[in-house]
Amino acid sequence: MAVFPRRRLAAVALAAATALLVTAGCGGGDEPGDGKITLTVDVFGQFGYEQLYQEYMAANPDVKIVERGTGTNLDEYSPKLTQWLAAGRGAGDVVAIEEGLLVEYKANPANFVNLLDHGAADLKGNFLEWKWNAGLTADGKQLIGLGTDVGGIAICYRKDLFEKAGLPTERDAVSKLWPTWPDYITTGERFTAAKTGASFLDGATNTFNTILLQTAGNTTGYSYYDTSGNLVVDSNPSVRQAWDTTMDIIDSGLSGKYGSWSEEWVSAFKQSKFATIACPAWMTGVIEANAGTDAQGKWDIARVPGNGGNWGGSHLAVPKQSKHQAEAIELAKFLTSAKGQIGAFKAKGPLPSSPQALDDPAITGATNAYFSGAPVGAIFGTGAKSLKPVYMGPKNQAVRTEVENAVRTVELGQRNPAQGWTDAVNNAKKAAAK
Amino acid sequence: MTVQLDARPPATPATGNPRQSSGRLSRFDTRFSPYLYIAPFFLIFGVFGAYPLAYTFWVSLHDWDLLGADHPFVGAENYTRLLADTDFWHALVNTLGIFVISTVPQLLAALWLANLLNRGLRARTGWRMAVLVPNVTSTAAVAIVFGVLFGREFGMINWLLDLVGLDAIEWKSNRLASWVAISAMVDWRWTGYNALILLAAMQAIPRDLYEAAAIDGASRVRQFWSVTVPLLKPTIIFCTIIATIGGLQLFTEPRMFHSGTNPIRGGPLRESQTLTMYMFENAFAPHYNFGYGSAVAWLLFALIAIVAAVNVLILRRLGGGARPNARKGTTR
Repeated sequence: MAVFPRRRLAAVALAAATALLVTAGCGGGDEPGDGKITLTVDVFGQFGYEQLYQEYMAANPDVKIVERGTGTNLDEYSPKLTQWLAAGRGAGDVVAIEEGLLVEYKANPANFVNLLDHGAADLKGNFLEWKWNAGLTADGKQLIGLGTDVGGIAICYRKDLFEKAGLPTERDAVSKLWPTWPDYITTGERFTAAKTGASFLDGATNTFNTILLQTAGNTTGYSYYDTSGNLVVDSNPSVRQAWDTTMDIIDSGLSGKYGSWSEEWVSAFKQSKFATIACPAWMTGVIEANAGTDAQGKWDIARVPGNGGNWGGSHLAVPKQSKHQAEAIELAKFLTSAKGQIGAFKAKGPLPSSPQALDDPAITGATNAYFSGAPVGAIFGTGAKSLKPVYMGPKNQAVRTEVENAVRTVELGQRNPAQGWTDAVNNAKKAAAK
Repeated sequence: MTVQLDARPPATPATGNPRQSSGRLSRFDTRFSPYLYIAPFFLIFGVFGAYPLAYTFWVSLHDWDLLGADHPFVGAENYTRLLADTDFWHALVNTLGIFVISTVPQLLAALWLANLLNRGLRARTGWRMAVLVPNVTSTAAVAIVFGVLFGREFGMINWLLDLVGLDAIEWKSNRLASWVAISAMVDWRWTGYNALILLAAMQAIPRDLYEAAAIDGASRVRQFWSVTVPLLKPTIIFCTIIATIGGLQLFTEPRMFHSGTNPIRGGPLRESQTLTMYMFENAFAPHYNFGYGSAVAWLLFALIAIVAAVNVLILRRLGGGARPNARKGTTR
């Protein structure tokens, strides 16, 4: 027994030393010795920056870039980022913020460096006007983030499954199948009747959000909140219209009921369990990552039913807690420059928010081999400059979660559409009040 | 545990031997150094236990946006709102439901398993170690694997059900089914752990009690219920309290069981959202309402205290009062 305390002491000492080492390693600061500055970039999903980092590090030998979070679901990413900001430490030097969450972060601008103080005003012309404005606080005095991508929408579909179902497979012919959402449903019914063993679409929530943002962009310009910040879930006709269309899709039995971003959703990609998916430009990278190389050339891209639409898109911000603000700002400027946006588009498909980049032949002529050589630049880029932004209110994410969950309960047969709508409205109001 | 008794400083010199206590330092030493020896625990508890507890309570009295700069004082408002919050009560029912479904079979199975392990087996140590193996695996890994097993469409359990001609079960969006699935992974992980604790206590029971019982003609089953179980009562109470604390704080299993958008809800209708998940949902994403989340945390704390007390009361009543030699038999 006499040996035990000493051994335990050694164990405690070892644990403490390890903890120290680990904390030192996580500090994200400089590594003494090589004189390099380490810049940490926090992202979610697929941003496609790997190649750009290499270029930047080659041009700036004193900077080392570490990226965290590629492939992370936004729902896992945003609480982490918020905790880092609240704690005053832990966040990367450059952080990606999705448009739906930007409104919440903008409400507390003190957490971020004002990019206008660092010469960002000169860059205004490099961004679509609404994208630039989205990065500004309400009073227009602080720029929180520089725009990265916008989310032009299309429909990605499986050529092989369409062929099996006796439907056209060429992307122009497929686009002609569904000028409107009712036509999309009719096509889906034809597909379902052919019994290919796959569903027509992955799940209802993504489709619902696509229809909502398209409808809202084309009409009111806002979705769950009006531009004065009032919750209008139950009075905005765009929301109701998107809801009804989605209910029709569910009612026709077209959905595979795979919950977006769930493990089953990923499995369904791999096992070819659905034929179409609502496809904002950034989704092409997600599809490629989920479906894997086996499905290369089986996917293609067609027009979205209805008229255009915009879903998603992010900004890059520099938290005030960064120890290397100046360097981080330079990196953010580089990544959001026309050149940076073109590089990201080529790597993982997020559509540029820079008009110069959108006009660049590298974009307009771009094709994507994974999607059967589809002219992605033309498909997503056309109309990108005329995209109408949708205003997002202060608790947009919480409200969206409630409404999409209500969609999901109907999809899973737990609620009928009328009950689901009541849930959506009540729960959204409750979430907005929290 | 008895080792610590030896560490007690001799008390006699100070009181019984005035000659030796002439040095002030020595008197100081005998008087206060015991407190110094036990201080580390209380310091660590103060920093990592009491302070967060008090701070959480302080936060729960404020309207505290996680990112906001101002945190206005609102008094008990978070608590009154919480008590009227149907989602809170829903999560409470989930938590208690999963707790009962998992803990009762788990302790019964552990008792049975311990009884088996207490017999003369070949390679006894091997078996005893084997029951602890599930406990060593990472909770998150277990939860992910079970989450896949219980998948709606690609899960193995539903595939097996299909093989025997049964309908697939919506494990993640059916309230009771999700409770069962989560209880299954809790039991898988903790039964062996409890079995080992019970086994240790069983081995402290004097053999002659069984011999006497056997001479009196008691069967093995009768011996188990009339000798083993009553003498194990203090240990069973201990296991129950530990299981209560763990069960009511259940987070990782139900959280990792769900994947996709906003898994913190535990299903579209919050089928398996536990109180800790509800706390997280409010304190962090998507609400970032730190004050409200802290109020949930404090009510959870109160709940655990109540349930643990009820457990102890129930177990005290069962099978008559604890026997004096049973108390002596344990070292706690």
